[in-house]
Amino acid sequence: MAGEDEKNLVEILEENHPIDITKYTNYVHSPQCGAIATFFGNTRDTFDGKTVIELRYEAYVPMAIRCLKSICSSARSLWNLNAIAVAHRLGSVPVGETSVFVAISSVHRVDALDACKFVIDELKASVPIWKKEVYSNGEVWKENMEFLERRPEIGKIRSCCKPKVKVDGDEAVKTGCCGPKVKVEDDNGNA
Amino acid sequence: MGSPQTDKVTTDISHTDSKNECLEVKILFFARARDLTGLTDMKLEVSSGTTAGDCLDKLIAKFPGLKELRGCMVLALNEEYTPESTLVKNRDELAIIPPISGG
Repeated sequence: MAGEDEKNLVEILEENHPIDITKYTNYVHSPQCGAIATFFGNTRDTFDGKTVIELRYEAYVPMAIRCLKSICSSARSLWNLNAIAVAHRLGSVPVGETSVFVAISSVHRVDALDACKFVIDELKASVPIWKKEVYSNGEVWKENMEFLERRPEIGKIRSCCKPKVKVDGDEAVKTGCCGPKVKVEDDNGNA
Repeated sequence: MGSPQTDKVTTDISHTDSKNECLEVKILFFARARDLTGLTDMKLEVSSGTTAGDCLDKLIAKFPGLKELRGCMVLALNEEYTPESTLVKNRDELAIIPPISGG
């Protein structure tokens, strides 16, 4: 299937640009579609018992856009979809705000619902975007389980490493084996 | 005849390595990698036949702090994930990609 009819909207939003939900839901809306499925990824207020102040995102923007478009193509090959919109913010995203948004329309709901899950799962596994979790007493670069699980060689190495958290006023980052100062998430960070 | 015995010894290296050119590769550092090097990007000069993994080794030699990411980072060449064995070309863009965390 050629790409010229594909209605995909992929946007990486610069700092201080909240996600305009209506823009993306309007984009995917169509009279022939009985369903629009959406996913909001929001900044949670706690992680592992620690109070989160905000998340800070950065990205390898050209490659992130390329990866997201590729994910859209994959989704289309698996489901019968009308339109796809994906938006991801960069910079600070305070607690309660949305950092990533996915909207997908289809004639029947099963396609949109399943594709929506697929898109966010693939985003977390492969799109070069990073977030730093900022607490009152420190900050740490996060790592998505979805990414690590796809790269078993990394997973094996990491299983022997102690996670390290940089805490202000505390001792310096502990050195150990190869792991950096990271926390490995047990589930989707924001979902 | 007195032809001078100034044998001009021409060392021909071309047969040993016909492509010993210098390549310039742009390196991009993200997230933790940027923290460790203090740089967002730099130019790396390498000889032809250098792989992405070789470039990484050179960067770690230059920035030993990067060692902490060695086991868990991945590489992207010209905006596509690439294994370390890929040969780099002149003006390629090589990104050091620590474990990602979008979404």
